Amino acid sequence: VFFLAQAHRSPLSTPDRIGRLRDLRITIDPVACDAYGYCSEILPEMIGLDEWGYPVIRDGPLDKDLVAMARRAARDCPKRAFTLREKRVN
Amino acid sequence: VKLAVSQSAGQGSIVVVNAMEGEPASSKDQVLFTRSPHLVLDGAQYLATLCGGDRVVICVPNGRVAVVAAVRHAMQERRAQRYVRVREELVFPPDRFIAGEESALANWLESARSAPVFRPDKGIPLRIGKRPALVHNAETLAHIALIARYGPGPFRARGMAEDPGTCLVTLSGAVTHSGVVEVDKGTPLWDIAQRSQPVEPIQALLVGGYGGTWVAPAHFRTPYASIPLRTIGATAGVGVIVALGETSCGLAESARVARYLAGESAGQCGPCAFGLPAIADDLTRLARGEGDDGLLPRLERRLHQVNGRGGCRHPDGAVALVRSALAVFASDLAAHGRGAPCSSWRKPTVLRFPRPIGLGG
Repeated sequence: VFFLAQAHRSPLSTPDRIGRLRDLRITIDPVACDAYGYCSEILPEMIGLDEWGYPVIRDGPLDKDLVAMARRAARDCPKRAFTLREKRVN
Repeated sequence: VKLAVSQSAGQGSIVVVNAMEGEPASSKDQVLFTRSPHLVLDGAQYLATLCGGDRVVICVPNGRVAVVAAVRHAMQERRAQRYVRVREELVFPPDRFIAGEESALANWLESARSAPVFRPDKGIPLRIGKRPALVHNAETLAHIALIARYGPGPFRARGMAEDPGTCLVTLSGAVTHSGVVEVDKGTPLWDIAQRSQPVEPIQALLVGGYGGTWVAPAHFRTPYASIPLRTIGATAGVGVIVALGETSCGLAESARVARYLAGESAGQCGPCAFGLPAIADDLTRLARGEGDDGLLPRLERRLHQVNGRGGCRHPDGAVALVRSALAVFASDLAAHGRGAPCSSWRKPTVLRFPRPIGLGG
């Protein structure tokens, strides 16, 4: 079962203690967000802006190379609206 | 049975009776509470007993005099008869559309802030302080009370096998008899609408309320139940069916609804606070026949931009309504787009709003 699961792993999925796979996903709390736009400056690969300057998250998994920048975007968000969450895949 | 809705909440939970009825076109909560308040309160008591709750909180908007009087009277009767097992209290959140959204209600009870809360995982139960909150609307609790009293048999005997029971629907629009009716789930939309006796040929039904969808005559035979409605892109929503007569302008009415919903945004999330007014502006221009070639693509882009991007689902309801209007009134849209709006866009609205909603000019 573990090997089958491994076949579906995205580059970022890491099994936890009991073997469940987790993916990192960007979550933006729209209530907290005030359109500072730092996330889109730091991480334009994943974050676009709508016509009012609020972030739009692009579809798809977060690429491995972008994790460091995503963490920085989370740290630098003035409203703490930008978070990285682990989401179960299997 | 339906009691599966009473999530396993654990000890010390609070049952919240949601009688906020923020939807202007709905009056089923008012009817339930003025006709059979004990049924709803019994349902809340039963649910609280079932899941170890020790508080029942009844939420009625500040200023709904008739409902408040009915609930107060019922509570006094219950206390006098020593009938109540779990403490019941009556509270008055602000009378706003969004105040009845379940996380807004829990938020108000906890912190007196009547605004929705962003919940990335809707599976996690709402909390008030540290205690789990079970927020249910009055109608659900009335059904629970009936099932508790008579068992699931009578409930199952009505409606459809896969979606049993009855439900309350508020009818209004171009009709003689607006009001609340109880129908079996699965009754065709048109059969329900006919009970309100339309006064003119009906060009579309607004199903599900102001965050619902317009349904064209081709789908009037659709059974009123969640799965068949979903196949035509609609939902039962808040249990409202508004009949739009052929002499009304569907685009103008939709623009009014969009304007109303924009004004009812809690203003917390950018896409909703800025997006809904922009969408209402675009639709108003279309309805007035002032559109240019760029207007419709811009409106569609904005609908796409706003959908799913609020903390709650208020903006999604507005988007669904406007999208369905663009589809169902497509021929009107073409005429209005050529700068030839129908003569009826200035006609007074058949919809109910708590304040006048103008389209300018």
